[in-house]
Amino acid sequence: MATKLPKTDVVIVGVGWGGGIIASELTKNGLSVVGLERGKERKTEDYYMVHDELRYALRYEMFQDLSKETITFRGNEKIKALPMRSYGSFLLGDGLGGSGVHWNGQTFRFLPYDFEIKSKTVERYGKSKIPDGMVIQDWGITYDQLEPYFNKFEKTAGISGEENPLGGKRSEKYPTPPMKITPGMKLFSESCKGLSYHPYHMPSANLSEQYTNPDGIARAACQYCGYCERFGCEYGAKADPVVTVIPVAINTGKFELRTHSNVRRILHKGGKATGVMYIDTTTGEEYEQPADIVVMTSYVFNNVRLLLMSDIGKPYDPKTGTGVIGKNYAYQVLKGAGIGFYEDKEFNIFAGAGSLGMCIDDFNGDNFDHKDLKFIHGANISYSQTGARPIQNNTVPPGTPTWGKDYKAASVKYANRHLNVGAQGSCMPFQHHYLDLDPNYKDEFGDPLMRITFDFEDQDRELVKYMGAKCGEILKQMGADKVVANTELAPYEITTYQSTHNTGGVIMGDSPDTSAVNNYLQMWDAENLFVIGASAFPHNSGYNPTGTVGALAYRAAEGILKYHKKPGSLV
Amino acid sequence: MANETEEQDLKDDKEPDQSRRNFLKNTGYAVGGLIVGGVVGSLLRTPKKPTTNTGNTAVNKPPAAETVNFNQALMYFTQEQFLITEAATERLFPADDNGPGAKEIGVAYYIDHQLAGEWGTNGKEYMQGPFFKGETTQGYQGRLKRREIFDIGLQEMQNYSNKKFQKKFKDLTPEQQDTVLKAFETDEVKLTTISASGFFKTLFGSTLEGVYADPLYGGNGNMAGWKLKNFPGNQMSYTKIIEQDKFEKMPPVSLREHLPHG
Repeated sequence: MATKLPKTDVVIVGVGWGGGIIASELTKNGLSVVGLERGKERKTEDYYMVHDELRYALRYEMFQDLSKETITFRGNEKIKALPMRSYGSFLLGDGLGGSGVHWNGQTFRFLPYDFEIKSKTVERYGKSKIPDGMVIQDWGITYDQLEPYFNKFEKTAGISGEENPLGGKRSEKYPTPPMKITPGMKLFSESCKGLSYHPYHMPSANLSEQYTNPDGIARAACQYCGYCERFGCEYGAKADPVVTVIPVAINTGKFELRTHSNVRRILHKGGKATGVMYIDTTTGEEYEQPADIVVMTSYVFNNVRLLLMSDIGKPYDPKTGTGVIGKNYAYQVLKGAGIGFYEDKEFNIFAGAGSLGMCIDDFNGDNFDHKDLKFIHGANISYSQTGARPIQNNTVPPGTPTWGKDYKAASVKYANRHLNVGAQGSCMPFQHHYLDLDPNYKDEFGDPLMRITFDFEDQDRELVKYMGAKCGEILKQMGADKVVANTELAPYEITTYQSTHNTGGVIMGDSPDTSAVNNYLQMWDAENLFVIGASAFPHNSGYNPTGTVGALAYRAAEGILKYHKKPGSLV
Repeated sequence: MANETEEQDLKDDKEPDQSRRNFLKNTGYAVGGLIVGGVVGSLLRTPKKPTTNTGNTAVNKPPAAETVNFNQALMYFTQEQFLITEAATERLFPADDNGPGAKEIGVAYYIDHQLAGEWGTNGKEYMQGPFFKGETTQGYQGRLKRREIFDIGLQEMQNYSNKKFQKKFKDLTPEQQDTVLKAFETDEVKLTTISASGFFKTLFGSTLEGVYADPLYGGNGNMAGWKLKNFPGNQMSYTKIIEQDKFEKMPPVSLREHLPHG
């Protein structure tokens, strides 16, 4: 029997970027907030020994313990989904700050095209451009409506950057100047200019200089140490929730953070959430935390899973395309890429930062003509220098033996003699890509695991073919002696790392028939329940998602405050 | 926090480490600078003896290099398993003109130590049933743990060597050893219990780990792996060289340097 705790104004489920932003904005405005985080507390001091590639990058120090909970996967509905037994394709965050701690910090704004993708695609190319089964839809919000919230997130995080010449209009400059320029970045930039493209600095949460944000939080500059993605930052230079928004919430005295608290159900009655049920994982005891407003801010999979397990919202049915919870699961299409090998030039690529790079959007969104192409949308193409750590970076030219003397010689020779250019491809939703509860496999509490049904489509294969060639073309211009471009995309598989950019499942939109939440991320079916995160994306763009997640979280915070003042309806 | 005590520590330092001072100054952590979280505060408390942060060759003395390495004993392997692993990893990553191979680097000790711990027992992986043979896109679906796979895989390597060459794996010529490894890599060896190529992949992956992981794990002896690639290891800051065109060779630093010793 669960112990019932005193009621609070707001309870949030998961304390990463989403939870941290909601907590700071609401507590600043006087609301009492309880934050439930299933993992442990994290702080900058934890990273004293962080320059340990084995422990953090290969043994997954910061990630969810899969022995307790994982996901299952299948390529299509005809085969049995099986558990992801060890990590591969993506890495699930755990602990205070969530995925916001171990990210690279590449902080883009989605394009104006993204938010009105269906209307704009039909307007320019006609309805027939959208193939059967592709279920793109407008987001129920425009870029211009979301712009102030992008701006707010960028100021909180202290994003370092320069204006994207092909991006949406900005109301203000980035709060800090761009990161430093490495020789590889210079080569990329000059080569792109030579090809009449529009290079710009990758917007970076690594912090180019010392910065104090509007909440009074001061952070030091990035040291380019080369340990960002999969690691925490020992300088607190990389913006993460633990060094930005969470302390702001705590300092108000209105935020109560409870770690080791794993939420298993959203409680509800008569179409409204009443609170949550969670387990204190240190004792196994169950608690009920009642609240006026419930905000779900865990990763994509747990947002969807909790809603389905709690019987909130209509589960998605892939046969009819009706229902909303679990709909429009999407990912990232990354195989369009190239490697350039240099015989006589060594680069200091052991140094770097998670978001140190140059990129172009000439082939992203609808910035180029798709009339004669067999795909829509595109990719951000970039050269980034994130730190070539030695276990995971053994790049050798094709034809090199896979082990032994020649392999060793080549992997040593090219360790600092290669540059990568990659395309971060967008991913469109299809009717048969979705999330639901697995019928066979359970987590440590006996609850069903999330099941992913997903594969790459012709759209993705065409995109990779096109983008891989562009990457190769840029590398040739960059003077590489040998260029290897990948233009092929095999079926999606779960074993090799691609990207932790999983999206969809609780998508936003302008109608309860086709979306789960409105453009304040408020559930259509439960007015005091808000669901924050990339779970709200109806498709995934050719960018990293966090910038847009941050913007949507600030927008949702505003909606929650409005709702709190005047409950009883949709914002 | 860079509190007064720590500032005092810094002033009391009889042998100020110039690189550390520069680092502090450059990053705004110097006295009167921005006060930020704990790791850097801790750095101020680290040992008086020189510790490297940048390419200052004078301070790169591997500590206690000549003393006995107590780490070189076995936590999991039998002696036979160890000798097979040592011989096999040396073929995967042999000594050559570039530098030492897996044997000298200590890779077999590294693998032994890893198998003894969480990785060897798949401690953080989902090992609940039911078990089904899946599609390759779904990844490993077996019920065996890594140390069980090594037990079987190493025994099968021995069996195959005995059958084909009438000798134990460690006693084969390098060319014969390569033949055995190739047979595993390509699944020419047909095993019913485990995937031969899957085992080979794990063996090769852990060989690279043993070459390049921080020496604290028992491999990468004397940071020899890092030296092969001119990888500088655990440096605190690259702000000074990040824009530089010239390749910067600097002696590597391991995590050991982060703690006071002796």
